[in-house]
Amino acid sequence: MIESYQNARTASKTLRFPGPIVEGGFPTPAPMISGNRFLWICLPLVVAASHAADLPPAAERFDFQRDIRPILENSCVSCHGPRQQKGEFRLDSSEHLRKGGENGAPFANGKSAEADFIHRVARLDADEAMPPKESQALKPEQVGKLRAWIDAGAPWPEGFVIRDTTALELTKADLAKLPPAATRQIDFVKDVQPIFAGACYDCHGPKHQEANFRLDHKPTLFAGGELGAALVKGDGAASTLIHFVAGLRPEGRMPKKADPLTPEQIGILRAWIDQGADFPDEASVTIEDKRDHWSFQVPAQAPLPQNGESHPIDAFIKDRLSHEGLDFSPAAAPTSLLRRIHLDLTGLPPTIAEQRAFKSDEVDKAIDALLSSPHHGERWGRHWLDAARYADSDGYEKDKPRINHFYRDWVIGAINRDLPYDQFIIEQIAGDLLPKVTQEQIVATGYLRNTMLNEEGGVDPEQFRMEAMFDRIDAIGKGILSLGLNCVQCHDHKYDPISQEEYYEIFAFLNNDHEAQPRVYTPEEHQRRANILRDIAAIQTRLREETPDWEAKLAAWEDEWRAAAKPAWTVIRPEVDKNATGGQRILPQPDGSFIAAGFQPTKSTTVMRLKSDLKGITGFRLEMLNDLNLPANGPGRSFMGTFGLSEFEVDSTGADGKPAPVKFARATADLQAPEKTKVHPLFNEKEPKERYFGPASYAIDGNPDTGWSSDLGPGRRNFESVAVFTPAAPVDGTNLTFKLSQKIGGWNADDLQAAQMGRFRLSATTSPAPSADPVPPLVQAAFAVPREQRTPQQVATIFSQWRRVAGKRHPELAEKYSKATAEIEALWAQHPEGVTQFTLMAREEPRLTSVLKRGDWLKPAESVTPGVPAVLNPLPENAGDDRLTFAKWLVDRRSPTTARALVNRVWQAYFGTGLVATPEEFGTQGEAPSHPELLDWLAVDFMEHGWSLKHLHQLILTSRTYRQDSRVTPELLARDPDNRLLARGPRFRVEGEIIRDIQLSVSGLLQLDIGGPSVMPPAPQFLFEPPASYAPFPWKEATGKDRYRRAVYTWRRRTTPYPFLQTFDTPEGNVACVRRTRANTPIQALVALNENLSMEAARAFAQRILKEGGSNQAERLDYAWRLTLARPPQPDEIAALVPLMEKQRATKSGPEGETAAYTLAARVLLNLDETFTKE
Amino acid sequence: MKHLTELLEEQRRFHTRRWFFRDCGVGLGGIALASLLGQDHALGAASLLAGQRPHFTPKAKRVIFLFQGGAPSHLELFDNKPELAKWDGKLPPAELLRGYRAAFISPNSTLLGPKYKFAKHGQSGAEISELLPHTAAIADDLCIVKSMVTDAFNHAPAQIFMSTGSQQFGRPSMGSWVTYGLGSENRDLPGFVVFSTGKKGASGGANNYGCGFLPTSYAGVPFRSVGDPVLYLSNPEGVDDSFQRDTIEGVRSLNQKRLGLVGDPEIATRIGSYELAYRMQQVAPEAIDIAKENPDTLALYGAKPGEASYANACLTARRLVERGVRFVQIHHEAWDHHGGLTKGLKEQCEATDRASAALVTDLKQRGLLEDTLVIWGGEFGRTPMVQGGNDGRDHHPNAFTMWFAGGGIKTGQTIGESDEFGFNVVSDKIHVHDLHATILHLLGFNHEKLSVRAQGLDFRLTGVAGEVVKSLIA
Repeated sequence: MIESYQNARTASKTLRFPGPIVEGGFPTPAPMISGNRFLWICLPLVVAASHAADLPPAAERFDFQRDIRPILENSCVSCHGPRQQKGEFRLDSSEHLRKGGENGAPFANGKSAEADFIHRVARLDADEAMPPKESQALKPEQVGKLRAWIDAGAPWPEGFVIRDTTALELTKADLAKLPPAATRQIDFVKDVQPIFAGACYDCHGPKHQEANFRLDHKPTLFAGGELGAALVKGDGAASTLIHFVAGLRPEGRMPKKADPLTPEQIGILRAWIDQGADFPDEASVTIEDKRDHWSFQVPAQAPLPQNGESHPIDAFIKDRLSHEGLDFSPAAAPTSLLRRIHLDLTGLPPTIAEQRAFKSDEVDKAIDALLSSPHHGERWGRHWLDAARYADSDGYEKDKPRINHFYRDWVIGAINRDLPYDQFIIEQIAGDLLPKVTQEQIVATGYLRNTMLNEEGGVDPEQFRMEAMFDRIDAIGKGILSLGLNCVQCHDHKYDPISQEEYYEIFAFLNNDHEAQPRVYTPEEHQRRANILRDIAAIQTRLREETPDWEAKLAAWEDEWRAAAKPAWTVIRPEVDKNATGGQRILPQPDGSFIAAGFQPTKSTTVMRLKSDLKGITGFRLEMLNDLNLPANGPGRSFMGTFGLSEFEVDSTGADGKPAPVKFARATADLQAPEKTKVHPLFNEKEPKERYFGPASYAIDGNPDTGWSSDLGPGRRNFESVAVFTPAAPVDGTNLTFKLSQKIGGWNADDLQAAQMGRFRLSATTSPAPSADPVPPLVQAAFAVPREQRTPQQVATIFSQWRRVAGKRHPELAEKYSKATAEIEALWAQHPEGVTQFTLMAREEPRLTSVLKRGDWLKPAESVTPGVPAVLNPLPENAGDDRLTFAKWLVDRRSPTTARALVNRVWQAYFGTGLVATPEEFGTQGEAPSHPELLDWLAVDFMEHGWSLKHLHQLILTSRTYRQDSRVTPELLARDPDNRLLARGPRFRVEGEIIRDIQLSVSGLLQLDIGGPSVMPPAPQFLFEPPASYAPFPWKEATGKDRYRRAVYTWRRRTTPYPFLQTFDTPEGNVACVRRTRANTPIQALVALNENLSMEAARAFAQRILKEGGSNQAERLDYAWRLTLARPPQPDEIAALVPLMEKQRATKSGPEGETAAYTLAARVLLNLDETFTKE
Repeated sequence: MKHLTELLEEQRRFHTRRWFFRDCGVGLGGIALASLLGQDHALGAASLLAGQRPHFTPKAKRVIFLFQGGAPSHLELFDNKPELAKWDGKLPPAELLRGYRAAFISPNSTLLGPKYKFAKHGQSGAEISELLPHTAAIADDLCIVKSMVTDAFNHAPAQIFMSTGSQQFGRPSMGSWVTYGLGSENRDLPGFVVFSTGKKGASGGANNYGCGFLPTSYAGVPFRSVGDPVLYLSNPEGVDDSFQRDTIEGVRSLNQKRLGLVGDPEIATRIGSYELAYRMQQVAPEAIDIAKENPDTLALYGAKPGEASYANACLTARRLVERGVRFVQIHHEAWDHHGGLTKGLKEQCEATDRASAALVTDLKQRGLLEDTLVIWGGEFGRTPMVQGGNDGRDHHPNAFTMWFAGGGIKTGQTIGESDEFGFNVVSDKIHVHDLHATILHLLGFNHEKLSVRAQGLDFRLTGVAGEVVKSLIA
């Protein structure tokens, strides 16, 4: 669809889904074969063997660890492994397997249908069948898996060895070698335990449990380890333990790392087992079952304590207070409470009007109003943005700007409309997979994409995709589950019952996505866009109506295109010169295309070399392709998905061995090539000069300032496109060097100034005089559908293309059609630009996930399928394996930690410390809850009230606990310095953002606009330039109202955090943060006193006092106090301040003295502890 | 091991104690004057950030880290490889490259002979490049380690790794660990100061001197050698000293009334912070004012007052450690010579060699070198293989050189060896974790015990690795 007939229904769909469907209905790029090392997809086989027809069919796919290893392990290695090598054949390692046995190689030519191995396991000949016993026969599916495996070349993970876990059948001769059993009565504690302690505990004791076996713990000793039971009570000679210490096991003698046991010691052990292996319970260590830990139990509500408190929160708090011999403090003064609820619910101090309107007996009403305020989302969204590690830049070295505010605004909006928390999580984890998905739900997946992105020169993009994956799991662990998961990346959790394998099972849920960047629009832009598309459709409808035979004409045009001779193109796959990509990675794909990734230079010449046996090449074709991992689907890498090809050059080495440049006669592109267009101003060089995008000929004009592009302007920047370069004379060279020169970028590669090619494919032809097919790929795709089966959209796509040529073909239509085309072009010019956002989009071909040894992405071990830690709630029966399943699992009612985690963090925000002081960690290493029953009661109540955050807020705010006075008495300070028992109200410094908002609000400068691009308030410019910043960053200090926006909208650059906010402990957004530190430092004092905007606020505040505060000093100071602290000043406060004001007043005369006096007062007020504090 | 909450609590208790015993009821003027006159040593021992009890007697009390960001070529500066010259233009032996990943180049690129000559220097006979005549002149004061290895080979991860002991962001940096461990000796200056010189900023930015999950008080404070030394240190335009003092006096007086009313010790801390900020305003400009140095000292460093330069930062670093600053990190990001190696190295050596050596000499002359540890080095080394034409080298994590001086280091020696190409370490391999363990050891801490509990885990600078390198220690 370039322009199309869109009825109202499709238009409304357009509004909701601006992804690939709308932007011209991109065909989804062909699914790519997974680059994974251990997934093989098998092609159908040509069966050649005589009785192959009797074989079960080869499976479509297999996974070594999941499918092959168990077969070999259970059915083969006991006879063809370390212990026995029947037929001189063993298959416990790749080397042995390939060596074969006395019957030769098991599958000599690699074709499963002909493999002796398969014939045997399929039991084609009963005499040669394997395993020999009929009862042990493999199932047909297993044979199918083995076939698929052999057909793929029998891949085997490097160094992997299959262990023989079957019971050991020792011969009588073996057993005769055992030292004799002791003849006396054996005492476990005196005789046996010392042997264990000296020889075994190092590897099978408290620290290590090799083979999952330990001997200091009675139940484990009797249960055995990975190799099965260690003891046969009453029969020492039959016990594996004895075989091990006697050195009869193929795995080697135990202990491995110490001296062998003496025959006497072995005799003691034998006798102990013979005598019944008595192990007194008290001699055993006890192991706490970590699954019993409180946070792994599904929360349940305990009955409310009956202590006269009717509010559930108060009942629990009072319960504990009474135990401690304490009681609640009196209720806070209404003015204090008013400021408290304002700071808590909107992060803004109450205005004078709000203070006047407030009635002390109507606190609940004030709370309701604040909960409905649009500023509530700004305040509470910020907490989530910490957990979501929100930032407006990439991080790492380049730390490029990232346009990310749609996600931030989604969070604020979701909080404002009280999107149920379970839905809030589902949309962020898997919004793109929801039915009838909306743009907002796709934007929500930005949660997972808020990871840092390293695009410094020379990086391997896959390495940093893996880093991002680790970060995503960390964020989910900390932010949603309150479980620290990142240590499980490298090894089993040391303290909690979560295994490394389970970590990678979670990983597997998240590993199957494109790192997509669709274009998104604001509601206004959507409306504008819909109007434009509707108007274009109307013009085309009119044209159709005025051209009654349009269908016949169109069909004729199509038929002509079909009949026209087309060059035969051969895809060529030149090798990329890694030294000549400008630091970019140009990654070859299975379909012959290349995808550029990693660092993006502003200017580069990619060099590629090809040894070719094509003779007489008459043309080269360059296809620019879409890809879901490119901005706006590409085909370029610029922030708009565009590219510019300055020059297309080929050197050919002829028979004389000398390279010579190929001279091109012409360059053509499909009909979509743009006309001469000035490059986007962002791509300007430091000294701007005239540079243009335009037709393909620009790529052979020798001028680096002009280049070919497929960018047709807003709304049409991202089409696939084709150019053909036709040499003046056929090229015979056997060595071809391609130089793709891309020089149309700006000067700063660390900004959004580059526009390199994103995905492309090269082909060559020897057909005579080739040129680019005038019909663009999108229209060809519509042609490919049989005429009668085309959708109205496909017809519209074709029609709009024909419209461009109709005038030439039918002179009678020329005027009308060119006029219509001009109208349509004028409409397109008004199309909104939109921005791209980081989101996730599921891949069709899932990646295989493996456990990574020590968390190293280059060391994959056994593969895993999606799953969840067993200690948490189970997945539902027949659960799928996509992100949506995982998202729903996270917010399952049976999740033991999800609701608790959220409730705890809300509590933390209100009271300074959570009911669990370690909100990031509920595992055994976290702190125990101060009020476990309250935590659970709130968690269950939260879920029962539809995961409504506003309900939770209301519950807390209506409690007596919350409304207490926050005064600290020396007794209380001594008894409970951290106020964990809550015998007083919360009192602590507000967050950095709120301090800023208070300054701006009090001074009257604050702009209350909600949402939109992040803003750049004043900051020292040198911070954004080398050598303070690695890269120059375009910090354009806002001069208009954006200078005074709420701090939640301040641009967050990861490597240069905004100084004011950083000083007040605002996190950088590099990793998830669910608990900010609250330091109190001299640097904070310097900033609050001297920073530009702080001073600007003080001056503005002074002016405001003078202007609005009344006619005399007493009134004015009263006004100033109320604005800042929502209370009147005390006489002693006035007495302290006035002399200082007098001093300033005296330094200057008249109004200047007055200004100085009030500037001092304003500055003092803005720096008070009380001003920064929620009391 | 210490819990984070404990840490914050400790800090608060300290402030409270200090406030009650000293500041309560005393006007600001008196306090400020006394401390400005340098006569206020009543609380000298109980410094603002008291630090932890060292595990054993420290050999070094402070650290200056001359971080050569971008990674200087060990092959042109310290690790003389005559054999590499013979292999110039030839492909490296295949076995050398097995499993090797390079950042930009195809590993199978030709070798590039060293661009500069070496000579032996000092009694120790240390081999040092002709590019570093001043460093060569102090060879016997150095311990040169040619066997450093690291885990990362892209700049940001490798610099974060060198700075924080982890490639994961969000961990405290070495400077904040040291300040946390030892506290600060000067109440009027930050304990951990950072300079950024060179051509660019640190790759990875503020994370190289961040405090991670430690309180903000332990974060590195960026200083500048021109303009305001600390951000927002100067009074805003139109605010003179009397206005500033009156403002702070007003804040103090009203805060004190509030403290009397609501009793929260946090208010006492806030009063202390404002007082300290005011003192920092007086003290910091003087501390960085190198114009006060005599001309010989300026000449020794090649420092010129009023200029933003590495030399000025080195001289300022000395002034700061003299005043009790615990950790100074100078981040000089200028060594990423993928191309233009010959010229670029020469330029950067000219910009840094004299001052690096002068710092060691100057500290020695003043008797400070004994307990000041000076560290010189980048985040990794560079490939013996060429990048581009014939004048560049790629990133290389398998072998690089650093040097150390002062603070309990056994100087006058060269430790470790790389192979004939300078590609792999063949003896005395020292991993970044080992380096961190050794630095903490010199400062009196067992790296396995200096830990902070956060996120349910005991974090340490060395993660779960690191061994003290005995041979480095005198």
